[in-house]
Formats: sequence, C-alpha cells, structure tokens
Amino acid sequence: MSMHKIKVTVNGAAEEVEVEARLLLVHHLRENLRLTGTHIGCDTTHCGACTVLLDGKPVKSCTMLAVQADGREIRTVEGLEQNGKLHPVQEGFWEKHGLQCGFCTPGMLMTSCALLEQNPHPSELQIREAISGNLCRCTGYVNIIKAVQYAAEKQQAQKEAAHAAA
Amino acid sequence: MIPSSFDYVSPTSIAEAVALLARQPDGAKVLSGGQSLLPLLKLRLGQVEKLVDIGRIPGLEYLKEEGGMLKIGGRTREAALEHSALIATRYPILHDTVRVIADPIVRNLATVGGNLAHGDPGNDHPATMLVLGAQVVVVGPKGERVIPIDQFFRGLFATALEPDEILTEIRVPTPPSRSGGAYVKLERKVGDYATAAAAAQVTLSATGVIERAGLALTNVNPVPQRAAAAEKHLIGKKPDAALLNEAGRLAAEASSPNADRRGQVDYKKEMARVLAARALQIAVDRAGGR
Repeated sequence: MSMHKIKVTVNGAAEEVEVEARLLLVHHLRENLRLTGTHIGCDTTHCGACTVLLDGKPVKSCTMLAVQADGREIRTVEGLEQNGKLHPVQEGFWEKHGLQCGFCTPGMLMTSCALLEQNPHPSELQIREAISGNLCRCTGYVNIIKAVQYAAEKQQAQKEAAHAAA
Repeated sequence: MIPSSFDYVSPTSIAEAVALLARQPDGAKVLSGGQSLLPLLKLRLGQVEKLVDIGRIPGLEYLKEEGGMLKIGGRTREAALEHSALIATRYPILHDTVRVIADPIVRNLATVGGNLAHGDPGNDHPATMLVLGAQVVVVGPKGERVIPIDQFFRGLFATALEPDEILTEIRVPTPPSRSGGAYVKLERKVGDYATAAAAAQVTLSATGVIERAGLALTNVNPVPQRAAAAEKHLIGKKPDAALLNEAGRLAAEASSPNADRRGQVDYKKEMARVLAARALQIAVDRAGGR
C-alpha cells in the first residue's frame, strides 16, 4: 500500500490531500471533498452517473484512481451553477423535465455540458451519441434530448445578447 | 467497490517504467487508460502488488503516417482515433472500430495499446489489427522489438508481451490503392462486448478480382485470429454476393463461440456468418468494387 500527496483542482479550487493509491476518484470527491453531487451508480463503468469532467472531457470517476487526477482539473455538478444562476444545461433539465428520479442527472449534466462546449449546435443524433454512455432508467431519454436542445438554444441566445450589448 | 491495496508509481520515462516492471515481474502491472484493468481490480477478479502508471510518460499519444505506415502511440486514446480526420478518410475500418468500443465517455480514457495488450478476445481492436496486418512495438529491458500481430495473441488474456515490456506503438501498413475495410459489430447495447463482430479488409486488382483479403471475428474464438480458410477462398475471385456469403460461412464454421447471456453457440455462429459477409461487402464497396 502506498500513500500519495495529490493536488487536484476541483471546480476551480486546488485541493491538496494525501490519498491511498487505490482510492477511486469518485470516493475522493464524495468522501474527502464532500462533493456528493457526483453519484455512484453501477460502479462498473456502465452507467455514467459518476461522470465528471477531467480537463474538460467527460470521464467515469468510478474508473479512475484519485492519484491519476494529480495535477489535473476536475469539474463536478457542483461547479455548474455560477453566482446563484443555473447553468443552461441545468435550466434545460428543469424546464424540459429531463429527469424523474434524478439519479443519473449529475452525469447527464456533465456529459451535456462537455458536448455543448465542444459542439454548441449538436444534432439530435449527436446528442444521443454523446449521452450513450449515460444510462437513464426513467425518462426514455426523450426529455433529456429536449433539455440539451434547450440548453444549446439558451447558450446561443446568451451569446447573441452579449454580442448585441458589446 | 474498492480494489485490494497496491503500490502505485508514475514514472516519467519508458526506461524508468521498464526498470520498475523488471524489478517486480510477477506483481507489477502497467496502467494505461485503466478502463479494463480498474474494473477488474475493483471486482477483485485480479490483484496487483504495484501499478506502473504510464500516464505521465510524454510522447506516447500520437497518430501519424510515416514511411508507408500509420503509427499509433501506445497510449493514444480511442477518442483521438474517433475524432481524427486522417483515420476517418484513410482508415475507415479503424473509424468503424473505435466508434463501437465501449461508450464515448470510456473512449476518452481507454487506449488503443491497452485494448490490444489486455488480450481480451471480446475487445474490438484485435480483429481489425489482424486484418490490417499491424505490428506491435514493445520496449523491455533488452530494448525494442516488433511483433507481427499474427503472433501477438497467445490465449485468453495472454499476449506475447512480457511482464516487463510496455507496448509503445502500433504500426499499420497503409493499404495499397483499391483497398477497403470495414468493421461490423452486433451488440446488445452501447458499451457491451460484441455478441459477434467481423473485420474485413480487401484489396482488388485492376480487373476487380480480390488480390488480398483479411477477415477476422470478434468474441467468437478464445484467441483473436484470422479466418484463414475464408480468406483463402476469396483470393483471385470476383467479389459477388455469393462469394462473400460463402466466405462468411467458412469463417463462422471455423469459429468456436461460447454460449452465454449474449446467445447460444448456433446463434452466435449465424450472426458471425452474417456479419462477416456484411463487413466484406462494405470493404469491397469501399475498395471501389462497385
């Protein structure tokens, strides 16, 4: 067994903690940093409930060691809301009822957020492909797709408003 | 689920990593993308004394054409292949393959080298690399050696890779003109291993007969291997539907799937037959054969 001092930037704040080599990133987030918005679902790399962004890309935090994240930047669902305002994808899931039980939602939000950062105007097929590693057992995905489309439109409107104001 | 305890090191050079592996040949294991290894450790189907994380070694992630070959760095992420214009336009069979490996999130971490080195007959790259005639570059204490892919897979989860060697590069010969390839997979859902899948790569002559043929199946044999009888049957003939179907039949006949939750033996063989014929047809179409 080896212990390692790691420094991971989580939602913009650098957190230095000593961890056991076998500690999974999801446990580091939930137990060391008390960021319990990231869920543990299947625990076998299938469901995507534990999805977080690693340097901007979605990864399954149950299938990565905390030590592997040393020096990297992580974003979790807690980092989406800014200054008391929901992120457009959060607003989309609210407005379009993109959840029922909500268990998959943190992962869905992070994957959707990364998709829109990479591709601001995804087609329905591209949205479906992007979230194909995130399982939802309630919604049948229909409202999740609508929520992501809502967020894409909202971001576009925000961009245009900012452009007009400038 | 929490893995058993292990030590962890993250060397910053291949030489350092090899030395660490050589010191502990039975207990140390290379950690690349970790998308197969970590689930195995979490389920406690496997145990290691030490993980040698190659994630911090620079220069292991690249895709480039050089000297008539496509060179893929051992730790290149599947997502990098998926989003590469070079792969999409020049190596469509590889593009087909990465798009059905696990799911898009897993592909952000999963690596091409890891997919091969894991030696899992359910993985998708082995069949594709077999039909492309790839070479695997490995580095150990005695230096570098190049292993033809036909000699790489030795058994279930067993490869020609020694415990103190690291897979550093995959080399794929650039196919000649009038070549085409395709990978077709049947899976129950995104992220599943193949019920069956087929990789096909053909080169046509100027008169339209098959000059070179590669055909291999996924997850229907204990060890990834080419369907030699089917390949032989294709050579020198016009690629019509009857020929491709017959090749599919020969490939399926030579396969030996296990019955499991994905289906019974007869069903898997039938799917292998259909998929092999379909992969061949797409390969022929892409080679310009119609």
